[in-house]
Amino acid sequence: MSRFISSWQQLLTRACVVSGVVCFSFVLSSVRVSAAEASNDSKGTDLKSTGGSASKGGDDIVSFINKKIKEGWEANQLRPSAKATDAEWCRRAYLDLIGRIPTIAELDQFLKDNPAKRKENLIDRLLGEVPKNGAINDRYLEEYAGNWATIYTNLLIGRPVGNQNQIEHSREGMEQYLRRSFLENKPYDQLVQEIVSAEGASTPGMEGYNGATNFYIKHITRADPDKAEPTSRTAKNFLGVQVQCTQCHNHPFNDWKQDQFWSFNAFFRQTRKEGNRRGGNNGMQPEFELSNQNYTQNVSDPRNAELYYELRNGTQAVAYPKFVDGTKINASGYVNEVNRRSELAKLIVKSDLFGKAIVNRLWAHFLGYGFTKPVDDMGPHNPASHPELHDRLGAEFMAQGNDLKKLMKWIMLSEAYSLSSKMTPNNKKDDPSMGVKPAFSHFYMRSIEAEQLYESIETVRTQKKGQDIDWAKALQERNNVLSQFTLTFGNDEGGETTTFNGTIPQALMLFNGNLTKAAINTDDPTAILGAMLQKGAKPSEIIENLFLATYGRKPTSAEVGQLGSLIRVADPKIAYSDLLWSLINSNEFLFVY
Amino acid sequence: MMNRRHFMTHMAQAAAMSAPAAHMLAQGLSAGAADIKKGNKAVILLYMGAGPATIDIWDLKPGQPTGGEFKPISTTGDMQISEHMPLMAKQMHNAAIIRSMSTSEADHNRGRSYMHTGFKPDPNIEYPGYGAVMAHEFAEQSKYRGLEIPPVVSIGGPSAGPGFLSMAYSPFVVDFSGRVRNLDMTLSADRLAQRMQMLGKLESSFASQGRGEMAADHYKVLQNTANLLTSKQMDAFKIDSEPESVKKLYGIGEQPAGQPGMGMRVNSQFNQACLMARRLVQTGVPYVEIELGGWDDHQNVFTNLKNRLPVLDRGMASLIQDLDQQGMLKDTTVVWMGDFGRTPRINANTGRDHWARSWSTVVAGGGLKGGIAVGKTNVDGTAVDTTPYSSEHLMASVLKGLGVSLNTTYTTKNNRPKKIANGAAPIAELFA
Repeated sequence: MSRFISSWQQLLTRACVVSGVVCFSFVLSSVRVSAAEASNDSKGTDLKSTGGSASKGGDDIVSFINKKIKEGWEANQLRPSAKATDAEWCRRAYLDLIGRIPTIAELDQFLKDNPAKRKENLIDRLLGEVPKNGAINDRYLEEYAGNWATIYTNLLIGRPVGNQNQIEHSREGMEQYLRRSFLENKPYDQLVQEIVSAEGASTPGMEGYNGATNFYIKHITRADPDKAEPTSRTAKNFLGVQVQCTQCHNHPFNDWKQDQFWSFNAFFRQTRKEGNRRGGNNGMQPEFELSNQNYTQNVSDPRNAELYYELRNGTQAVAYPKFVDGTKINASGYVNEVNRRSELAKLIVKSDLFGKAIVNRLWAHFLGYGFTKPVDDMGPHNPASHPELHDRLGAEFMAQGNDLKKLMKWIMLSEAYSLSSKMTPNNKKDDPSMGVKPAFSHFYMRSIEAEQLYESIETVRTQKKGQDIDWAKALQERNNVLSQFTLTFGNDEGGETTTFNGTIPQALMLFNGNLTKAAINTDDPTAILGAMLQKGAKPSEIIENLFLATYGRKPTSAEVGQLGSLIRVADPKIAYSDLLWSLINSNEFLFVY
Repeated sequence: MMNRRHFMTHMAQAAAMSAPAAHMLAQGLSAGAADIKKGNKAVILLYMGAGPATIDIWDLKPGQPTGGEFKPISTTGDMQISEHMPLMAKQMHNAAIIRSMSTSEADHNRGRSYMHTGFKPDPNIEYPGYGAVMAHEFAEQSKYRGLEIPPVVSIGGPSAGPGFLSMAYSPFVVDFSGRVRNLDMTLSADRLAQRMQMLGKLESSFASQGRGEMAADHYKVLQNTANLLTSKQMDAFKIDSEPESVKKLYGIGEQPAGQPGMGMRVNSQFNQACLMARRLVQTGVPYVEIELGGWDDHQNVFTNLKNRLPVLDRGMASLIQDLDQQGMLKDTTVVWMGDFGRTPRINANTGRDHWARSWSTVVAGGGLKGGIAVGKTNVDGTAVDTTPYSSEHLMASVLKGLGVSLNTTYTTKNNRPKKIANGAAPIAELFA
């Protein structure tokens, strides 16, 4: 019986699922928007999975977004900012879709395109062509897939940390799986189903390798035998709800909510993680396997296998696998009769929370804030800023094939995404950093992410799209540079944080680090300055190109005047590299605006 | 917050690169301004990431089913502590244990945030941590002392951010060795000055475009960075120059008494970090945090603690003794805390789980009474029998002990007034 005591304590002190406001209860009362109702006549007008031109359905959705956002402005007496310049928009689009700024040539290509079509054309170009058969021959598609693999790897298993000695998951495996999925634009429901139901080995090269297993391999730990952590991670990442809420000592326990947590947790009771750190070059690579095994021990009936947990009043309760909306499955503990995780995966991707969760996350990716803050804490305790829009986008996403590229395009073609980050007296109060709900009346400026910065400095240096080198090796190099900024919290939940943005260590890296040194090198003909100097470019051309390469704009006449006088007095090589150093270290390079 | 005009003035000054960082740091009114010519007021927070079992360290329950394996020993203060903390036992006349902590946040992230800020986590307001509050309140002191290095230093962990206070109070994070990456200055000071001049011009143009405070705040970080590159005060991170007698006190270079267990993140360099913290405070830094993580003892709690407590004991006791010997303890508050405590009940894996309802924190120095245990838990440690105290009461006590007015009120970014330490009363027993 002592294991039930353990369960009780886990619940009381760590999962804290029963605390009143948050938790699963709202799921039952949430408004279900029928996908069919919400999608108007767009059903069946399937967009090309390449992210091709917007169909009538896509236009309808963009119009709906614009309408709802505008209603919010009117309700809050806000007037939107002017449009961002096309060059600013272009920089945003590159950073958000492929994780780096554009080269001078790419910006030029965009600005020479038909003004009426250039934004949509650029989105299509960056989303890339999914190959029908055979080899991928589209650099942008590779960049897109690499960028989103990074974003999702960070989401699912955290950023890379410096000390790799005790890590049990394979980052390479997770990233490789995700990259391949984004290359083929795998429907998002399929992607999530594969992760939630994953079985196999963690690390490339192992027999039965399946990179998708690494999400649970990371989050199942010996310290958490009841799998509370994978339970709450699954809910948070794929359903956008927080179940590990912690106000359990402030609120009386409510038994049926507690039951919701353990019923959800019951889906993980067949899951087994086994393995060790061994093999590899240094004899210390993680080699783990995720499998499903019969859940028959300590249950009264293996064909109706219960789990026990203890209520706060000391009495024991039982739970069987039951989804958040109340759907029950056959509770057999035998894997050959019921594969519980596989059943869970199917239920997750049919839930209306599933669409809303990904819409919220992607909206925040592009616009800086989601409809709720944080994006993965949805529910009646945390009302959305634009509930109708949120519901409809979630429903449309699911009705139209769970196509991430389609969703990205809807958001990027919206008016909200086109606005300048320059605030006006008429919308200055629309500032979610001050605790108000976002109205999206101007673009919210934000810090560039660590990975985006790394890739952008490389882009400035080489002026080439898509680095023509081994992907895994390039990733390893980037992780080596960036892992110094990631700190773990030193607890068994494996939480981590980045100390990158706006800190002195970041500034020191940009002041003195090798990345910057390589970028401002005047003697290397493969670096931007070295190449221009070798060609004998004129001073005005060099200055203009340095601004274009970093800021995506030409210098103003005031800047030319100020900097020109500085440059004239010094050795030109020194002056140019100092200018490029200054551009790379400046706010206009380090923010997304 | 510095206003824009003020900021632009500094932009112009910054181009000359002659002024030290201190004037950039010193904004707003300093509560402790009158005292700045006396000792350097500072907090050293020993943050026990994940939350140790305080029932096995500071508030033992021998003979109870919850009591575990350890025996209590007598101390130089009016309380007993764990047998695995023999060095601290000799320092307890300097320290107070608050045994009546009841903090209600038992999730790692929420507990960490609450314990660092004195406010419960709120998605809409980012509260400043101890470090930013100290840096802000003692900005005049830092200016007076010509502090050129960051006022908030965190060793081995992320600490907490500046919240709605200035970005310039972001923690400066270093590892246990005190090594700072990318610090090598290969440039001449002239060349750096030229770069900073260009950079200043570029920054000011973007900062004046109305895109939000972040764009303007960024330059403060750059300025602090440039100062740090040329500052001799960076020597504070190098413990090598300490006399042998001091190194011996901290046990630098000795094998730690305990051995890290499998899967634990004990850092035997904790003692080095403690010495570094004392050097930083001596240099004028008002806040240093050291994170010793890995206390998430859901299993094998007693084995783990037996290995880990000697590391804590050596570092913490040496630090308090050293501060005392150097006459710094009256101005420096050493605070010991984790995310929360751990369950009195011992689980099936001989572990203890998360528990916020009844646990202990420790303070020493900084004008707080030592040698006492504040408050009491019940017979098996499952509840607090006396007035419960929480994060904000602890923070209020630490600040009051250093002379900060508890009437200090901040204004959040959305113009809401927030009293320092959430307006909580300090813990009376610490001032008796």
